[in-house]
Amino acid sequence: MTPVRDDPALYDYRAWDERLPIRWPGGARVAFWVAPNIEFYELDPPANPQRKAWPRPAPDIQGYGTRDYGNRVGHARMMEVLDRHGVRGSVSLSAALCEHHPEIIDMCRERNWEFFSHGIYNTRYAYGMDEAQERAMIEDSVRAIAKHAGQRCSGYLAPALTHTERTLDLFSEAGGLYTCDLFHDDQPTPVRVRSGGAFVSVPYSLELNDTIVYVVNRIEPRRYGAMIKQAFDRLYEEGERGGTVMCVPLHAYQVAHPHRMRAFEDALAYITGHPNVWVATGREIAEYFVEHYYDQAVAKWGRGGSEDSGNGA
Amino acid sequence: MALNPAYLKYERRRYGMDHDRYEWSMLSRRAPIAWPNGARVALWVNLAVQFFPLNQSGKPFRPPGGMSTPYPDLRHYTLRDYGNRVGLFRCLAAMDEAGIVPTFSVNAAVAGRYPQLLERLNRRGNEMLASSWHMDTLHHGELAIEDERELIDRSLGALRAASDQPVTGWLSPARSQSGNTPDLLAEAGLRYMGDWINDDMPYPFATRHGELVALPLSLELDDQFIIQSNLHSEWEYAEQVKDACDYLLAEAEATGHGRLLALSVHPWLMGQPHRIGALESALKHISEQAGIWSASAADIVAAWSDQRA
Repeated sequence: MTPVRDDPALYDYRAWDERLPIRWPGGARVAFWVAPNIEFYELDPPANPQRKAWPRPAPDIQGYGTRDYGNRVGHARMMEVLDRHGVRGSVSLSAALCEHHPEIIDMCRERNWEFFSHGIYNTRYAYGMDEAQERAMIEDSVRAIAKHAGQRCSGYLAPALTHTERTLDLFSEAGGLYTCDLFHDDQPTPVRVRSGGAFVSVPYSLELNDTIVYVVNRIEPRRYGAMIKQAFDRLYEEGERGGTVMCVPLHAYQVAHPHRMRAFEDALAYITGHPNVWVATGREIAEYFVEHYYDQAVAKWGRGGSEDSGNGA
Repeated sequence: MALNPAYLKYERRRYGMDHDRYEWSMLSRRAPIAWPNGARVALWVNLAVQFFPLNQSGKPFRPPGGMSTPYPDLRHYTLRDYGNRVGLFRCLAAMDEAGIVPTFSVNAAVAGRYPQLLERLNRRGNEMLASSWHMDTLHHGELAIEDERELIDRSLGALRAASDQPVTGWLSPARSQSGNTPDLLAEAGLRYMGDWINDDMPYPFATRHGELVALPLSLELDDQFIIQSNLHSEWEYAEQVKDACDYLLAEAEATGHGRLLALSVHPWLMGQPHRIGALESALKHISEQAGIWSASAADIVAAWSDQRA
């Protein structure tokens, strides 16, 4: 497909110092959420024309084993730490994990965690899907969350961050309320979808994502802990003027290694030890924003992403 | 344009794994394993005795640490050779000082090239596990099964002859495997392999020739991964090793289940004069903790195997 847009036309520009004075429940300044990615990667998935699943020839047991560690070892460790600090996870779920590892789904349900869609497998990419295929993939994941996790699916993070121009429209039409795919802001933002319904971006903080930190930026564990604290300090300070959102996206196959847990737990204890923090889930943040601020935001600035803005066909 | 409809079919979407090599199992729900003398954490320190050939084929990929400049890459050849001449002896002194037992993973080519080195290792009597022929004989899906069988048999034969040990363990160069590797390893009479890095304990691994034990040699705590790939400093490496040791001890204490601390150390890396102190510091920390069982990889596998229901 030839790219036709120079801008995704999903939201409009808004300067940081001209925001609605959001106040989170209890007068909190920061809505804090943790998003554990609970994923299944296939050993030998079918090839996608635009992205290789693994760098080495099949079977790439190093890439596969690295991810499998999260399911075998990591999630249980991570859950214990989140429990200790009163944090309920918002799970970015590879829907096929419901069939492969239902025990992990049960552990999340026991904790009253939220589940949102992260596709079927993290080795099946949306690149090259036509509209019917992508809709089928999204609806499959939404159905799996309803069936196995007993929840409606409100949020979306595209599998392996693979998108098409239609991704958010299709997710909204499948009953979705929010997306974690956009990294343009530290507050929720109305997002334009073709149905015209209420749909928002909830900040997911890719820069604090443990996989970006450990795999892409190759950062030391204790520095990761320090980065999380620094981010929190700033968002807490600025949150006095208008509530901010802070997310820590996690992958147990990264953060839950024995040499990385302590620094992470220190940072989590630091954040949850502050008074004006609303420890929430993605859905709770999205719903609160839609109920209290969405209409004001749309009245003041429009729905965002006007059709013709930046559409450089 | 659309993707092939097969891309949205999920033939292995089912309970358990998407292959038949091992059972799906969560570490936190397994039966407890008790190490000898009430130890909480079994410690496997693997010292890599490696040969990186100057005429590297790089197929199907360049082994990490391999030649990277145009031929002849004297720079990387000699930096790696440093490990066998100098670094290994510094690492061994550090291990001995801390009272920690090394296990050697040996590229069989080293036995023929440096018989004096094998003689030194033989005199120590520590376990040697096989590590294919050299660092450029990768095991991968494009390798014909007959060629891989010959490679494994040749490597095992040479190491068994040079070491006068039964040699029951395996570590592939770059932890690489083909779909046949585990079957061929079992066929050759091996008992365990370190290539799969998905656990903090041994686990059973199915092959066409009976069961192997997977003994995961952590990649995320590997010196080469932390220092050479991630560019962390040697002291940050030591800190991470100490943090891992403390965490696993605490987890084993809290759960009553034994754990495995598997350290992959490359003498050409940690044996450099500016790094050896950091290794010494990490080993000292570990040796000072109560509840550590320092053992050879084969002894750890045996202790684990004895307790399986």
